[in-house]
Amino acid sequence: MLKTFPAGGVHPPENKLTANIPIEYLPVPESVTIPVSQHIGAPAVPVVNKGDTVKAGQLIAAGKGFVTANIHSSVSGKVSRIDTIIDGTGFKQTSIAIDVEGDEWIETIDRSKDILKEIKLTPEEITKRCLESGIVGLGGATFPSHVKLSVPTGKKCDILIINGVECEPYLTSDHRLMLERGEELLTGITILMKALKVEKAMVGIENNKPDALSHLTKLVSGFKGISVIPLKVKYPQGAEKQLIKALINREVPSGRLPLEVGAVVHNVGTAFAVYEAVQKNKPLFERVVTVTGKSLTKPGNYVVRTGTPIRKLIEAAGGMPGDTGKIVNGGPMMGKAVNNIDVPVVKGMSGVILFPEKESSRQVVQPCIRCAKCVSACALNLEPYLLMTLSEKGMFERAEAERITDCMECGSCSYTCPAGRPLLDYIRLGKSTVIRMARERNLK
Amino acid sequence: MSNLLNVSPSPHTHAKDSTQKLMLDVVLALVPAFIASVFYFGMGAIIVTVTSVVSCVLFEYLIQKLVLKKPLSINDGSALVTGMLLAFNLPSNIPVSIIIIGSFVSIAVAKMTFGGLGSNPFNPALVGRVFMLISFPVQMTSWPVPMGFATGYTDAVTGATPLSIIKEGIKNGESLTKLLGDIPSPAQMFLGEMGGSMGEVAAAALLLGFVYLLIRKVITWHIPVAVVGSIVIFTSVLWMSNPEENATPMFHVLAGGVLLGAIFMATDYVTSPMVPKAMIIYGCGIGIITVLIRVFGAYPEGVSFAILIMNAFVPLMNTYIKPKRFGEEVKNG
Amino acid sequence: MSSTVILTIISLSVLALVAAVILYFVAQKFKVIEDPRIDEIQEALPAANCGGCGFAGCRNFAEALVKAETFEGLNCPVGGAPVMAEAAKILGKEAPVTEPQVAVLLCNGTPDQRPSTSKYDGPQDCRITNNLYIGESDCSYGCLGNGDCVRACTFDAMYMDQVTNLPVISDEKCVACGACVKACPRNIIELRKKAKKDRKIYVACSNCDKGGPARKACKVACIGCNKCFKVCEFGAITIENNLAYIDAAKCTFCRKCVTECPTNAIIELNFPPRKPKVEVKEEVVNV
Repeated sequence: MLKTFPAGGVHPPENKLTANIPIEYLPVPESVTIPVSQHIGAPAVPVVNKGDTVKAGQLIAAGKGFVTANIHSSVSGKVSRIDTIIDGTGFKQTSIAIDVEGDEWIETIDRSKDILKEIKLTPEEITKRCLESGIVGLGGATFPSHVKLSVPTGKKCDILIINGVECEPYLTSDHRLMLERGEELLTGITILMKALKVEKAMVGIENNKPDALSHLTKLVSGFKGISVIPLKVKYPQGAEKQLIKALINREVPSGRLPLEVGAVVHNVGTAFAVYEAVQKNKPLFERVVTVTGKSLTKPGNYVVRTGTPIRKLIEAAGGMPGDTGKIVNGGPMMGKAVNNIDVPVVKGMSGVILFPEKESSRQVVQPCIRCAKCVSACALNLEPYLLMTLSEKGMFERAEAERITDCMECGSCSYTCPAGRPLLDYIRLGKSTVIRMARERNLK
Repeated sequence: MSNLLNVSPSPHTHAKDSTQKLMLDVVLALVPAFIASVFYFGMGAIIVTVTSVVSCVLFEYLIQKLVLKKPLSINDGSALVTGMLLAFNLPSNIPVSIIIIGSFVSIAVAKMTFGGLGSNPFNPALVGRVFMLISFPVQMTSWPVPMGFATGYTDAVTGATPLSIIKEGIKNGESLTKLLGDIPSPAQMFLGEMGGSMGEVAAAALLLGFVYLLIRKVITWHIPVAVVGSIVIFTSVLWMSNPEENATPMFHVLAGGVLLGAIFMATDYVTSPMVPKAMIIYGCGIGIITVLIRVFGAYPEGVSFAILIMNAFVPLMNTYIKPKRFGEEVKNG
Repeated sequence: MSSTVILTIISLSVLALVAAVILYFVAQKFKVIEDPRIDEIQEALPAANCGGCGFAGCRNFAEALVKAETFEGLNCPVGGAPVMAEAAKILGKEAPVTEPQVAVLLCNGTPDQRPSTSKYDGPQDCRITNNLYIGESDCSYGCLGNGDCVRACTFDAMYMDQVTNLPVISDEKCVACGACVKACPRNIIELRKKAKKDRKIYVACSNCDKGGPARKACKVACIGCNKCFKVCEFGAITIENNLAYIDAAKCTFCRKCVTECPTNAIIELNFPPRKPKVEVKEEVVNV
C-alpha cells in the first residue's frame, strides 16, 4: 500500500511529455531582464546602475529585511537600464536589464564538474550562505530558504522532508534533476540536514517516476539518514501539508507552519541549489525549466539563466505552434497565464506550458447542482461551494469562520466541478478580503 | 490583432466531467430498470415513461422560454432524469392526463418556482409523485400484475403489491407464515416479478444501476448504504422481537421502493447533504421514517414521504454538520 | 341557536379577551421609548436605504440625525438639500449647504484607443481580473470593463456600453451615493461637483506611468507633459505621479486645457460646439 494523504485529491492526466528528455543547457541569450522580486517577501534593492559591467554570479540587488532574498546577475555584460516590466505573475515590477557580453562568472564560483561531498561549513554558516546566495524555494512558492532554516527559539525540528513529488501535470524538471544530479542532490539534502541539526530526512517521490525512485534508492545507501519513500500518484501530493501527512502522518494545524509538527519541507530543486551554493560558492541564477505542450515539436528540460525571456525557451522547443491559445508559467493547476512571451524566467519558474487553442478556454458556467464533488476533492476538508457563495455574496465573516484562509488554492475544486463554476476565483477573492479584514482588526 | 493569448485564473485544465455527463450516466444507470419494467409491464411502461419524460422536458422548455425568458437549460439533462424517475414511481396503467399533471407539478412547482436546477429543496420527482398520490389515490394505488406485454395499458389487470398484502394481512391479524405464501418468493421479488411501481420492482436491475453509478463516480456509497442499512437494522429488531407480526428485513428491502429510493431518489444531488457524515445521518433518517410509516403508519409504503421529510432537514444539516477540517486544532491553542 | 354554537361563541370571545388583556400588559411592560422625531424624519427621508449617507439604512440615519449636535458631515445624497432642510426643520437645527455631485469615470480607454494585449477568460468581475493581472490592455490603471460598478448601482444610473467597454453614468439618475466608487477595485470613479447643464471637464485618465509607457498602452492617456498645468490661469490643475488632475472647485470651465492636451486626455462634456477657425483658402488657378 503506497502512502498518501487521506482526504480529497484529484487525478488530472499526467501529460509528462518530457519525462525522458535529458536536461540541456539553453544558450545564453543576447539580453536578460532580471526582476528584483523573484521571491516572497520584500523586493531586493538594485545595487548597480545603468552602464555598470557585471559578471554572472555578481550581486545586483540586495535583499531588504529578514524575509527577502538577494538577486544575482545570471550573465556577464553591461546593465542597459533599470525599469518596469510585466513579469510572469502578470504585474509590473522593477527589473534590471543587462546586455550580454561573453559568459564570465565571478572568480569565487567553483565551475568544476566534481561532486564535492564533504561539508566544511557549520550550520550557521550554511544558513548564512543560503542567504547570501539568494536561495529560495524552487518548487514555485519561492519562500526564502534561509528563513526556513532559521528555527525560532521554542520550536523544534526533528525531520527534513524533501519534496520530489512534482504532482503538477506536464512538469518534469524535478524528475530530471533527481535522475541526472542525484549525488549532488543528496549532498544538498545532507547540507540542509546539517543546517537544521536533524538526523533524519525523507524524500517523497510519486510513483509515476519509477526510474527516479530506483536511482535515488540506490544512491542513498551512500548517505546517512536519508530514506526514499514512494507515494501514490494523487494531486496535490506535493502540497507540503499533504506531503507531511502522507510521509510521517502528522497534521500541520490550521494557520500554522510545518515547524509546528517538527518538520521542514524543501523542494529537490532547492536542495540542489543549496549544494551549488555551499559546495561551489554559486549563487542562484539559473534553474531547470520544463518547456512543454502537446503542439511543441521539441519539448524539453533546459537549464535557463534567470532573466531569459521565455521567447527563447519557446524557440528552443521548436518555435511557437500556430494553434497556441494560452501560455502558462508553472503547472496547469496552479500556474499563472502570461500575456506576452517576453516575460523573464525567474527563480520560481518551474515550467512553461503552451496550450493549444482548444484547451485554452474555460467551460461555460452553469448553476451549482450541489453534487458535492468539490467537497470530496478538497484535500483540506473545506467546502468550496459554500466558500464561493459566501465570497460572492460578501459574507466574509462567515467565510472566515468556515476557514477560507486554510485554502491553499490548489485548484482541485474548480478542476472537478461538473458545472464549470469558477470556485477558486471567488475563494481567492474571499481569502484576500478576509486576510485584509483580519489585518485591520489586529491593528485596532 | 489575432493571436492574443488567453489569460484566466488557474486552474488551466478541467476534468472531463460536466452536468450533462452526470445526468447521462444516471439515465444509463436507469436503463436496466427500464428494460425490466417493459419486460414485466409491457406497453404501459413505455407509454408512461415516454409521456413523463416528454412532458417534463416540454414544461421546463416552455417555462424557461415563455415565462422566465431565461436562457434554456433543458440540454443539461436534469428534466430528462426527473421525467424518468417520476415515471418509475408510477404504476404502469396510469392515464396520460394524470402523468402530465404530475410532470407539471414536478417541474413547474417543485423545481422552477425555486429557481431552477440547483435551487429546489425537495426532490421534484417525489413531489410530483406524492401530489399525484394524494390527488388521484385510486389510480395511484391500482398496481398492475406483471404479465409482460399481455399486461395492457389502462386496462391492465391489477392486484395487490406484496407490501399491501403484508400490511393488510397483519392488520387483520393473520400470521406472517400464512401471508408469506401469498406473496412472491424472495427470488421473484429480487428479479422483479411482483406488483408495484414500474421502476421499483426489479431489484437486480436497480443494483446493476447502483454499481454503474459507483464505478462512474456519480454517487458515493454513503446514502444508499445508510438507507438500506438502517432499514435492515430497524426491521431486524422488529422481526426478531416478534416474527409473527413483522416481515423479515429481506422482505422490507426487496418490496416496495426502498432500492429505487435509496439508489436514485435519495441520492439526488440537489436535495441531499454535501458532507459524508451528514449523508449517513440523512440516509438513516430516511430508513427509520420509512419503516415507521410502513409498520405503524397508514400507508403501506413510506419511502417517498421519508425522503421528502428528510429533504426538509438537509439545509440544517449542511449548516451544522461540517467535515473535520485538516489541521483542526483539537484544543484551543 | 344550539347550545354548541353559543358555547363556542362564548369560549372564543373569552379567549380573545384574555389574549387582548395579556397583550396589552406585555406591550406596556416591554415598550421601547423612542424619540417620536425619529419616525418623523424617517418619513421625510427617501426610503432608498442605499447607504449613501454612510449609515445602514434610512432609519439609522434618522436616529443619527436626532442624536447629532449639528448636521456637520451628515448628508443624504439621494434626497439632497430639500430633504435635509425638512429634517432640519423637524429638529430645529441648521441644514448644511451641500453641493450636488455626480459620479465620473476617470478613464476613456476604448478598445480602439487602448489596444488589447490579451484575452481575459475568467469571471466577469473586476476585482478578480484586477487580482489576476494588469488587465486586457497594457494600462494597469484603466477600466477593466467587467461591470462591478454597474452591478453596485442601486439607482439604475449606470450601464456598460458594449462598444466602448466603459460604464456610462446617467446624469439624471446618479445621486452620488458612492456605491460605484467603493466597488471599483482600481479606484478610478470619482464623485465630482455637479455643474450647470451637467457640464464636465476632467482628466479622463488614471495612468501614473511615465509618458512613454502610458502613451504606448493607450493613445488618449495622460502623459504628464504639464501643458495643461501651464495653461490653466486658475490653478485648478495639479500634476502628481505623471498624472494631471482638475479640481472641480477651482475650474471655471474656460476649456483652455482641453485644446492644449496633446493626447486628448482631458474631456469636456455638454458644451456647445466650438466655432471652427475660419480659413480662407486661395485656389491657384492656372490660366
